[in-house]
Amino acid sequence: MTNPKSELTRERTRSAWLFLAPTLVVLALVAGWPLGRTIWFSFTDASLDSIGDSTYKLVGLSNYFGEYGVFNFAAPEGFWQTDWGMAIQNTFKFSLVSVVLETVLGVVFALVLNAEFKGRALVRAAVLVPWAIPTIVSAKMWAWIMHDQFGVLNAMLRSAGIIDHNIAWTADPAYALWSVVLVDVWKTTPFMALLTLAALQMLPRDCYEAAHVDGIHPVKVFFKVTLPLIWPALMVAVIFRLLDALRVFDIIYVMTSNSVATISMSGFVRREIVDNNYVGYGSAASTVLFLIIGACTLLYLKLSRVDLGGKK
Amino acid sequence: MNLSTQRLLGNIGLYTLVVLISLFCLFPFYFAIVTSLKQGTELFSTSLWPDAPTLKNYISLFTVPEQPFGRHIFNSLGVSFLVVVASLLLGVTAAYALGRIQFKGRGLLLLCVLAVSMFPQVAVLSGMFELMQTIGFYNHWWGLTLPYMIFTLPFTVWVLTTFVRDLPKELEEAAIMDGCTPWGIITKVFLPVMWPALVTTGLLAFIAAWNEFLFALTFVLNNTDRTVPVSISLISGADKYEIPWGKIMAASVLVTLPLIVLVLAFQRKIVGGLTSGAVKG
Repeated sequence: MTNPKSELTRERTRSAWLFLAPTLVVLALVAGWPLGRTIWFSFTDASLDSIGDSTYKLVGLSNYFGEYGVFNFAAPEGFWQTDWGMAIQNTFKFSLVSVVLETVLGVVFALVLNAEFKGRALVRAAVLVPWAIPTIVSAKMWAWIMHDQFGVLNAMLRSAGIIDHNIAWTADPAYALWSVVLVDVWKTTPFMALLTLAALQMLPRDCYEAAHVDGIHPVKVFFKVTLPLIWPALMVAVIFRLLDALRVFDIIYVMTSNSVATISMSGFVRREIVDNNYVGYGSAASTVLFLIIGACTLLYLKLSRVDLGGKK
Repeated sequence: MNLSTQRLLGNIGLYTLVVLISLFCLFPFYFAIVTSLKQGTELFSTSLWPDAPTLKNYISLFTVPEQPFGRHIFNSLGVSFLVVVASLLLGVTAAYALGRIQFKGRGLLLLCVLAVSMFPQVAVLSGMFELMQTIGFYNHWWGLTLPYMIFTLPFTVWVLTTFVRDLPKELEEAAIMDGCTPWGIITKVFLPVMWPALVTTGLLAFIAAWNEFLFALTFVLNNTDRTVPVSISLISGADKYEIPWGKIMAASVLVTLPLIVLVLAFQRKIVGGLTSGAVKG
């Protein structure tokens, strides 16, 4: 075919690839290559020095299975009591509880922000503040609020008569993980609320008018009309947050300084690679984390029905 | 119960919730400001108001040579700026190609870009460590620009693609009729109308780079090259047992205030950007 249109199409295709090339090269350099190397290291006994001069050896699957692997099912204390087992448990507990809490709170926030009241614009701005604060700063702020001796949280709870002695929120293993969850919920509920609010504002008004005329109770309207309508958007936001929560590092690292009681999978990987210099072993752990998050990403893509063809 | 009392109760309930939500969101930051203005023994009282407000904590941030906070702010500004410029430059052309041109493999590419944005950062930690050392980027604040692209670039490409796709077709067709080259279409036709999207994505990329902790902690050990999040996490007192909370809170307020101002100023755009990045797809 030599008609001018297909000539144009061919030229546009060529320029498309040309325009994409720089981005693709950078993405391959910052994501593809390092990921490939990390997976490669997971089959070796590499350390931080030996990756420099390539003196590491292949060790097969021993970073994954067996006595020195991340999946040491024969560990004397039991797999779930090994540091990696604890890290998996902590990460999933943290992710599930914080995502559930912030989804419920986010919907409540969004419903309130969607109502008409004086000063609504101001409150909407206030809700953005926790989101704008760097994670590391919120972790430090809350570490101070939750300080065992001088923290304002203990003082408030004591004067309200809820507790009778100071609680070491971030140091006591019974509370540490839940303290971190609280901070994460504080920080990310606004995000959830904004996404939910966006979904709420796209709802058709006539349903509500009809419900109002029929005198149906607002709670019933919420569960029968609003929730089903915002459900798809909400689920996408939930999985998006879940993916974020599964890679948690900063909050936990800063608030509880990598103690085994709260260590996350990301924290475990960094500790093994950087602090303990077990690059091979840490890389195996990070490959496992990558596979878990990859599976969740696929779920996200399926649920969000991403519009890849660009047909709107 | 008549209708007006019912309405009154509803209003009281609504305003109670509004007050609770505002307190929940603002109190921790308020308390950080209060703490940053306290000195000495007053720090350890839990009063919600500084009795003798002082800026000593702020001043000491910039006068202790072992912890050059001013230098750290400069590093953070520098790397965030570089990341924004690089992401936008690459993102604009990629978004044009992905958003306006129909070609084979486009869906797969979009999928890959989205998949990269979901990467757990630690999954590339050891490979990136090797790369940074090999090309000599390790231990320099500007070297962090490279690893930061892993989270800013996919996001930028994605949001800009959504934006470009929604622009009217006629805009481009007229330019093609006039014999405009694809490069000309980007620079002369699309760039002028893309400012709102560029500002939003640029700002979000800036915030992401400004806040990043894991890579900054791992790839920069040199004290003068640190960025502010790492700097704050490392602020220490005269001895191991004395943590200078006043100073930490002062640093926290300093690095957060500009962000809050920016976020509030660009509120609407940011919310739009976040929604198209996360939900619309």
